[in-house]
Amino acid sequence: MKDKIKIASGQGFWGDLIDAPYVQVTKGKVDYLVMDYLAEVTMSILQKQKNRNPKLGYAKDIPELMKRILPVCQEKGTKIITNGGGVNPIACAEAVMEVAKNLGIKKLKIAVVLGDDIKERIDEIVNTGSGLNNMDTDEPIVTVKDKILSANVYFGALPIVEGLRAGADIVITGRTTDTGLTLAPMIYEFGWDKTNYDLMSAGTVAGHILECGAQSSGGNFLGNWQSIPNMAEVGFPIAEAYPNGEFIITKHPNTGGKVSFETVAEQLVYEIGDPEVYITPDCVADFTSIKLEDLGGDRVKVYNIKGKKATDFYKVSCSYASGFSASANLTYSWPQALSKAKAADEILRKRLKNLKLSFEEIRTEFIGYNSCHGPLSKEIAEDDINEIMLKVAVRSQDYDSIERFGKEIAPLILTGPPSVTGFAGGRPKPSEVVAYWPALIPKVLVKPEVKLIEL
Amino acid sequence: MKIRLLEIAHGRSGDKGDAANIGIIAYDDKGYEIIKKHLSVSRVKKHFNEICFGEVERYELPNLRALNFLLHNTLGGGGTVSLKHDAQGKTLAAALLRMEIEI
Repeated sequence: MKDKIKIASGQGFWGDLIDAPYVQVTKGKVDYLVMDYLAEVTMSILQKQKNRNPKLGYAKDIPELMKRILPVCQEKGTKIITNGGGVNPIACAEAVMEVAKNLGIKKLKIAVVLGDDIKERIDEIVNTGSGLNNMDTDEPIVTVKDKILSANVYFGALPIVEGLRAGADIVITGRTTDTGLTLAPMIYEFGWDKTNYDLMSAGTVAGHILECGAQSSGGNFLGNWQSIPNMAEVGFPIAEAYPNGEFIITKHPNTGGKVSFETVAEQLVYEIGDPEVYITPDCVADFTSIKLEDLGGDRVKVYNIKGKKATDFYKVSCSYASGFSASANLTYSWPQALSKAKAADEILRKRLKNLKLSFEEIRTEFIGYNSCHGPLSKEIAEDDINEIMLKVAVRSQDYDSIERFGKEIAPLILTGPPSVTGFAGGRPKPSEVVAYWPALIPKVLVKPEVKLIEL
Repeated sequence: MKIRLLEIAHGRSGDKGDAANIGIIAYDDKGYEIIKKHLSVSRVKKHFNEICFGEVERYELPNLRALNFLLHNTLGGGGTVSLKHDAQGKTLAAALLRMEIEI
């Protein structure tokens, strides 16, 4: 058993810094590189791509990234764990194998975690009496069944552990919790008992700190943000984990950013509900038990973590089509920029009303004035306002209404208030609204499957 | 003496469906006592009048000198349904730190 392992975060979401994983595996020695690619809406986008082309449906950045990092990871023995397989982890693994062959790599084992996609099983699952009711509204899933775009169970760390035990160099999963990606190598390397819920919680907390990339190493830091050095070359976080469940959050030397009590604490309170009940498939972690000790030198010790037994349910994330939306911007300059933008909004709304279009919501915001804090925004003397961007967004079940809205924006330039600019890129196009349906499913109804692909 | 919350605390906010989560962290123990005393559910709900249309839940994390708030029915439907510029509530922690309190 190793007495310590280093787990490096390489991506906080799909679209994060492309070079971050490369920097993580080259700037120092790490044992694992973990990459989270999946946000809730990402699954529906990937499902659409797969519907168009059965070879797609995964994070397309991965093969390109592997070209750069595989040779380094092979040389240094760094294993890679990612949920970027999306709705087609097998295709993702095959694409990575293709890259490996082209690089002349002779030996590679990829474990693929399957079984999270339950889209085709919804009827069967509903028939068992599990209504897959919406966790927020308690409505049964049959109300949106015909509009469902994707339905995926969040698996935890255990299927990844199975892949690692089978000797995988890379583990590619579909919908897996962000925290499971980091917990899995700790269970595997330290031989942790999956019923030791304090240890499961320790790995889960480490995962929560790593899952949003540089958000724990100085990025998006609301404290003294100007004190964070060299954000241009920000180092992504690394968990240096020990068999007793303690770990140190740090980053590679000679990188930018900062790891401190404050930067780690901000990430710990990010997107949590009741801190005593942080539910994952692996455990229920208690965030009020976590102790942080800032050791200085970009090292924060995290310890004393407690947790309880996991629940008997997996969370399911479904997405369904729910109409269309569009958004348009116009910029008005001094003088009376805000008054002009408000007048343009009134003209537009009157025209939309006269056209008898159907909208669920029309939302107007004045960027540069109140688009972030709404009614909490400070009043500004109009003469002090240099410019305002008017943003109007609409949503409807009726495609034609949204399309027609798009045709009513440009005319405001010649038929509305003066000193207006910024209308570029043509008419705003209707985009499909994807709504999110969170539900629970008894664990006994789904079984993760681990498939090995070898070179 | 009147102070702005920003002077004694920092934080981060994000989305959980149509609810926003706002974590507020005091810089020291004295600051934690102040936020614990002043940031009641009713005070936060009133602060976000016309932004938060649902219930406000409040949780304490003394280990981090932090409070966590869940603001239900706040993000205009959440996800891609929301027409809000800040559909994920990313700027709401800063919005809470605007609050002025008498100490």
